Amino acid sequence: MSKRTPLNLAGARPGPPHTVTFDGREIPALPGQTVAAALWTAGVVSWRTTRHRGEPRGVFCGIGVCFDCLVEVNGRINQRACLVPAAPGDEIRTQDGDGHGVDGPGERR
Amino acid sequence: MSPAPTLAVVGAGPAGLSAALAAALRGVRVTLLDSAAQAGGQFYRQPAEALGARHPKALHHQWRTWERLRDGLAQQVSAGRVQHMTERHVWFVERVGEVPEGRDPGNPDGRGPGGSDRRHFAVHALPGPEQEDSVAVYADAVVLATGGYEKVLPFPGWTLPGVLTAGGAQAMLKGGLVLPGRTAVVAGAGPLLMPVAVGLAAAGAEVAALVEAAGPSHFAGRSAALAAHPDKLAEGVGYLAQLLRHRVPLAARHTVVEAHGKDSVEAVTIAALDPAGRVRPGTERRIACDTLAVGHGMLPHTDLAEGLGCRVDGVNVAVDAEQRTDVPGVWAAGETIGIGGAALSLAEGHIAGRSAAARLRGAAPDPRTWAAAAKSRTRARKFAAALAAVYVPPAHWAEQLRDDTLVCRCEEVPASAVREAVEELGATDARSVKLLTRAGMGWCQGRMCSAAVAGLAGCEERSARRPFARPVPLGVLARATDEQAPEGGPADDEQNPS
Ligand SMILES: Cc1cc2nc3c(=O)[nH]c(=O)nc-3n(C[C@H](O)[C@H](O)[C@H](O)COP(=O)(O)OP(=O)(O)OC[C@H]3O[C@@H](n4cnc5c(N)ncnc54)[C@H](O)[C@@H]3O)c2cc1C
Ligand code: FES
Repeated sequence: MSKRTPLNLAGARPGPPHTVTFDGREIPALPGQTVAAALWTAGVVSWRTTRHRGEPRGVFCGIGVCFDCLVEVNGRINQRACLVPAAPGDEIRTQDGDGHGVDGPGERR
Repeated sequence: MSPAPTLAVVGAGPAGLSAALAAALRGVRVTLLDSAAQAGGQFYRQPAEALGARHPKALHHQWRTWERLRDGLAQQVSAGRVQHMTERHVWFVERVGEVPEGRDPGNPDGRGPGGSDRRHFAVHALPGPEQEDSVAVYADAVVLATGGYEKVLPFPGWTLPGVLTAGGAQAMLKGGLVLPGRTAVVAGAGPLLMPVAVGLAAAGAEVAALVEAAGPSHFAGRSAALAAHPDKLAEGVGYLAQLLRHRVPLAARHTVVEAHGKDSVEAVTIAALDPAGRVRPGTERRIACDTLAVGHGMLPHTDLAEGLGCRVDGVNVAVDAEQRTDVPGVWAAGETIGIGGAALSLAEGHIAGRSAAARLRGAAPDPRTWAAAAKSRTRARKFAAALAAVYVPPAHWAEQLRDDTLVCRCEEVPASAVREAVEELGATDARSVKLLTRAGMGWCQGRMCSAAVAGLAGCEERSARRPFARPVPLGVLARATDEQAPEGGPADDEQNPS
């Protein structure tokens, strides 16, 4: 009897996991998973701190609307972890504050 | 022979799919655009292909309908009648009288038969996931089927990691086959909470409680209206049976008063509500959990319609019986015109697609030909109205807010600042509160706080009139016009957008 997990429930047969790093630590990710899904699987639920209070944030809306899940991937800041697929070797980093000099919506990089 | 008329459908959920299929089957060339990598929308969100799910059905309800939509789309795509553009984040739809010279290699003078202006709309999209460039698709008419997003009213601790929207938990589960944690509380108000609790439990989470603001008396008061929909009631009873089977305790007429934790949620306090919708003192109890999936209903995405100048009533895009907005050539269907669930979206999409197909050929459509869809639309709207009356958030939710509870998550605006704007500075609408406090000025453009701000300001919820549906890179805005899809016409393949 296998444990009840989402992967078992859906009869998933993903390809072999690949590796990404989160703040330098290696974590496994399944092909097809978003950055947020890979981080959740590794037990990580926050990957950003807010600009004013420095509070941790992670997924909130799960569908690309709230921008709470912003994260740095391969040096690019303000990526929505719930939308961006995790690619082999991705360097994912906690985004602190505005992630350097971004003034707000409408501006990127 | 004159080329077939073209229709751009934005959104590939139940509404957009059914509109695209109805139009394609009636001689229209359709371009279906969606920000997601796969069709399905929220209700039929599919696991990422690379996850190799052999039984995605196990995560879903009404799978037969999905098979019909999925197979229909595949057929129309292979017949060349529908082009499905995935990962296209549409940020603006524009009326163009005429395609500018040299912008449309497929149809260089931008004119249709007899020199008429055929291409009336440019649909501007950022190809994802990076969303750094913009491409345009031109079409004679547009169906907006962008659905909605979940609304959450604030409470102390709602910004802690591990607190997320109920639909978001469901979306991550269906799309990524992941759970946010081991022990979840599902809370708020609305018909979405039951399927989410069932979904999380079936996937292996322990659901420590389903906390619903509505109580038995709310249902009793509407029993006649609800009893007119035995199929829907049976669905609800089915969910209840599954909750029992997974031993999910149901706390009806309760609310979450606070989420606790330091770096992420560790517990929630729930309490009973009195008939007026206030927390009953002394009924508080604490439940340990690492996930709180919470929602208080949904709001429609109206930005694209507003950008086109379509009339919006309150928070809903206004349409006529044919699903036409008041802007000629623009139809709208599904939750973008009002929250009502997947069945209603299907019926509305079908009617929009048929009406558009007829009108694009210059014929007045005969509504008798879609009488069945119109009938299910009427029924589904009545049912949605009955549900909306049952599932209302606690009337006095704002009493739970502390001074430092954030109302605007993006700009970190606390309740005290919003209260000051309202009580001392005299703000009576969301716009003044925004100017005084920055609530609603952040990345999400007020989508997450608009309901709370309206509640605190004591005004009606209305759509926020955002310039664009997505944050647009400055470089894209600086370029006066978009790069166009290389082959021009909507039914042609778009490659290498750069
Ligand atoms: C996160 C979430 C989860 C939900 N889960 C369930 C559930 O499990 N069970 C249930 O009964 N109901 C669920 N719902 C309710 C759901 O909205 C309806 O059941 C149904 O999906 C509505 O169909 P629709 O076609 O009107 O809109 P949707 O299904 O929302 O489809 C709209 C589509 O438009 C796309 N879109 C939106 N804006 C743009 C844009 N600017 N550019 C490009 N594409 C865009 C979206 O990606 C989406 O695919 C959920 C809602 C949400 C928000
Ligand atoms: S969780 Fe809301 S944008 Fe990613």
